[in-house]
Amino acid sequence: MKTTAILKTIMGTLREELVVAANGRVSREAFTLKDRPQNFYMIGSMGLASSIALGLALTLPQRKVVILDGDGNVLMNLGGLPQIGELLPPNLVHIVIDNEAYGSTGSQATISRKVPLEKIAQASGYPVVEKITEEKDFKLALERCLEKKGPSFLLVKVGAEEGTEGLPRVSHSPVAIRDRFIEAVRRS
Amino acid sequence: MKAEEFLNLLAAAGYDFFTGVPCSIIGDVILLLEKDPRIPYVPAVREDVAVGLAVGAYLGGKTPCVLMQNSGLGQCLNALTSLNLIYKIPSLLIVTWRGYPSKTDKDAPEHLVMGKACTKLMDCIGLPYRELSPKNVAKSIEWSREVTSQRQIPVALFLPRGVLE
Repeated sequence: MKTTAILKTIMGTLREELVVAANGRVSREAFTLKDRPQNFYMIGSMGLASSIALGLALTLPQRKVVILDGDGNVLMNLGGLPQIGELLPPNLVHIVIDNEAYGSTGSQATISRKVPLEKIAQASGYPVVEKITEEKDFKLALERCLEKKGPSFLLVKVGAEEGTEGLPRVSHSPVAIRDRFIEAVRRS
Repeated sequence: MKAEEFLNLLAAAGYDFFTGVPCSIIGDVILLLEKDPRIPYVPAVREDVAVGLAVGAYLGGKTPCVLMQNSGLGQCLNALTSLNLIYKIPSLLIVTWRGYPSKTDKDAPEHLVMGKACTKLMDCIGLPYRELSPKNVAKSIEWSREVTSQRQIPVALFLPRGVLE
């Protein structure tokens, strides 16, 4: 299973949902596959995608907010999970694409090889937790997580993969990412 | 100044989303926020998480305020420099000033280095700040609104002991 295929399914399924994409491969792949104003590409501040998305979800309870996260990001801000589990915003979907590596820096190992992130999410209080290890199961799991009352946590264990060389960076300036995202929030 | 008056000034200035990590200097303000149904307050697990929450709230249309001790400022440097300052996302940071440089009143040892360095850190990253005193609170809050809306970056108000009752 590859990150690209998973993100292709996600980007093909999403409609008006707001997305906060973690820095590194996740943002770059999402940008390359389907750039849209509702995508907030977080190019720095590693770990904080879940916190930014939580602030959004609390502020806009009528909007669905999707976090596209990575294992390195989740591990860097593990406190972000109980922060969500305690507040329980029903409109939040937390998707973690877990390649057990820091993809953008040369695929050095993360500790998610041994640490079960789905159990941490469960213990943190997410009412919906799914773990996917086969690509064929992903689309239905994604649809369940988008439909159910959340917050939901969807861990996707993708295999080891090539580094991010050759993968385009997000070409919008940070201020442009902000402006079009705010515009997309206001429009709806 | 009483905690209630301080909070009322912030609310009157338009701040409508609060998050942060407690400090005894601002403990009463946080206790009031926890009870106040008018204003959302999200207790954060760490100061950079609070900064991230405030960014999300801003993107959703709020005017956020983050409360923290200066010991948490180091924790926030990456968020401030690689998120707020480059995306131009404002927040008011109310930073309590432990280890305030003083010849007569020495704070606990863990606060002394950051007490000396915290405003210089703000100079280093280009983040505007003011020191609160009993006389300038209202003016400083007004100033924070001007700068955040004009320059769209965070500003810090440093709060030493003794300004709030």
